[in-house]
Amino acid sequence: MKKEIIIAGFGGQGVLSMGKILAYSGLMEDKEVTWMPAYGPEQRGGTANVTVIISEEKISSPILNAYDVVIALNQQSLDKFECKVKPGGILIYDNYGIHHAPTRTDINVYNVAAMDASLEMQNSKSYNMIILGALLKVCPVVTLESVLLGLKKSLPERHHHLIPMNEQAILKGMELIK
Amino acid sequence: MDINDIIKPENQVYKKPALLNDNYMHYCPGCSHGVVHKLVAEIIEEMGVGEKTVGVAPVGCSVFAYNYIDVDWIEAAHGRAPAIATAVSRLYPKNLVFTYQGDGDLAAIGTAETIHAANRGENITIIFINNAIYGMTGGQMAPTTLLGMKTATTPYGRRVDLNGYPLKIGDILAQLDGTCYVTRQSVHTPAAVRKAKAAIKKAFQNSLDRKGTSVVEIVSTCNSGWKLTPEQSNKWMVEHMFEKYPMGDLKNL
Amino acid sequence: MEKEIRLMKGNEALAMAAIRYGADAYFGYPITPQSEVLETLMAEQPWETTGMVVLQAESEVSSINMVYGAAAAGKVVLTSSSSPGISLMCEGLSYIAASELPALVINVMRGGPGLGTIQPSQADYFQATKGGGHGDYHFIVLAPSSVQEMCDFVGLGWDLAFKYRTPAMILADGVVGQMMEKVVLPPQRPRHTDEEVRQRCPWAAMGRTPDRGRNVVTSLELDSAKMEVNNERFQATYRQIEANEVRFETYGTEDCDYLIVAFGSIARISQKAVELARKEGIKIGIIRPITLWPFPHDEVKRLASKSKGVLVVELNAGQMIEDVRLAVNGTVKVEHYGRLGGIVPTPDEILDAFKEKIYQK
Repeated sequence: MKKEIIIAGFGGQGVLSMGKILAYSGLMEDKEVTWMPAYGPEQRGGTANVTVIISEEKISSPILNAYDVVIALNQQSLDKFECKVKPGGILIYDNYGIHHAPTRTDINVYNVAAMDASLEMQNSKSYNMIILGALLKVCPVVTLESVLLGLKKSLPERHHHLIPMNEQAILKGMELIK
Repeated sequence: MDINDIIKPENQVYKKPALLNDNYMHYCPGCSHGVVHKLVAEIIEEMGVGEKTVGVAPVGCSVFAYNYIDVDWIEAAHGRAPAIATAVSRLYPKNLVFTYQGDGDLAAIGTAETIHAANRGENITIIFINNAIYGMTGGQMAPTTLLGMKTATTPYGRRVDLNGYPLKIGDILAQLDGTCYVTRQSVHTPAAVRKAKAAIKKAFQNSLDRKGTSVVEIVSTCNSGWKLTPEQSNKWMVEHMFEKYPMGDLKNL
Repeated sequence: MEKEIRLMKGNEALAMAAIRYGADAYFGYPITPQSEVLETLMAEQPWETTGMVVLQAESEVSSINMVYGAAAAGKVVLTSSSSPGISLMCEGLSYIAASELPALVINVMRGGPGLGTIQPSQADYFQATKGGGHGDYHFIVLAPSSVQEMCDFVGLGWDLAFKYRTPAMILADGVVGQMMEKVVLPPQRPRHTDEEVRQRCPWAAMGRTPDRGRNVVTSLELDSAKMEVNNERFQATYRQIEANEVRFETYGTEDCDYLIVAFGSIARISQKAVELARKEGIKIGIIRPITLWPFPHDEVKRLASKSKGVLVVELNAGQMIEDVRLAVNGTVKVEHYGRLGGIVPTPDEILDAFKEKIYQK
């Protein structure tokens, strides 16, 4: 099984680090992974996106024109990537700040109110983990156990106390998918 | 008394340093390079560090320095000797690493490498021959050429409006926190040669003791480039060069 | 020892590989998109563990001359930069090649010419494979297409560089530099002791021992007759490298009607285009030169001769295509598809270009 995913949004929303956690979780399951960011000045405040591919087999192109899953976290990203979801694929977005909702009917669209949830949790840093939870619910590309193991292995020891908070946020994201 | 009496060891008052080989030098008669080469060879021998010395030769008249002194050498691209010496010194911290550079090499094309190596306080010695002219390429203006001085590229004399001012790079290097010793010497009289020798020896010792960068500037003549006899050159140097580039220590920590 | 698997950016893998393969020194100057190499090394502090020297130089000119100095002293040394910085290093590269010294230089290419853009490019193919600096010289050019290859080619680059006493270059692009993938790191190779350096590099300028004369590392030889002999020796080495060290990888060439030639990350994007094409029943194969110099002329010629057409895909205006055309020598149609200025094509864009330029219905 191969999953081709793009996560797009504003710099600062944790787009790149969410992609990294996803890729690391794939690694924990001994899968092939690539994480390809749009790099450069875009990192600083503008739009950011990262393509993550998780596969049982060797991965060819790290750059794609169609995705199994698109996660669009602002209007620009939604406008740009809605058309790039493969038919039958998945689009996850957060309605917060969105003026034009997605219109496609040949794909599965999920609105995840992650911004509201993170405000409710009084932790803006949990935002991307809520989104990750939603993804895992609708597309279990990796297991929650792998994510937690990945966090434990990739974070320095001094940050391990943050892992339960991340887990909570992921579970919250899963709950938000009805 | 026959010849065998005369050459008895106890009668010997002078000998060529063992590390200075028998290759014919390509330097012009009267050139300061020969004297400085001899001093370098003599000091390395006296200090007993020939086996751990690496010299870095420049581009310029002394490009062939490696032909005359029997230590290991690396020939640098024009101006880059201090970068090369940096690497060798860091990788062989017990070695004596020195560069031998002229004014064009050190103070024009290699200014960045010189200043940054000195500013990092690399444990190297920089021997700097300042004769205010590009000898090897045929007598063109150097960064240290004096105002009014005629060269192949300042045929009517160096002018401030055309060419800017002579660069006192020794003074700049003395300002840097990385240098421990910056001195200006000459080799035009026996007394001057003795002082220059003491200066180079001190610089080499500093490098071995890893005290920082040592710079020995030798204000020199280029009688071919200056179009003077060796004797006239020495006189001209004392009268004109020493005014702009005064003798003595600029820094001695 | 447990296999050490990490998730890493290509640039980080270069740095970790340098330490693991027993580097004595790295000298470099920051430039996007490869600054992570120096940053990773500085964070790893290998001088505390292996004794490796890491130094941020004042310029690329200085970096490459530090590399020259370390190589002349028999040490395992590397530098990394991106296109404009490599231009500055070309003088030093010519000296290193002419002094017959082993060294590793990494170019994570960005779009040019001039200051250009920091986005990925492959526009330094000519510079890398045809010289760049002055004089008749070559160096071995390795083109990685994955993060694992970024790691592996550091070791391979040094092995080849020391085997032939010539510089080697890893010619990567911003995609492979910035992408993260799974990497298996090699076990720690010990650094050579000074005594080992003396044995394996008897030419090194590191202080002469009583048993030998002085070692002089120089590229200067004013006697033309001797300089011609030197040049002939360099050329003989290059012929040996061409005979022994050609490396490439193929995909789908067993049954293909058409051929794509591409290197680095673009070979992988092209592979995806080939996967898409095969779903439509169009059989394309790919040859990915791994050594850009020496170029796999023979294999390109062989595969092209049984194809109906060849598309060369590059992130430039047409550079490697010249070597492909020399190899093919007019027997088959060879066309080029390239994006410029830092734009990376998607797989379907490559497939569209193939259909437009090569495919015969």
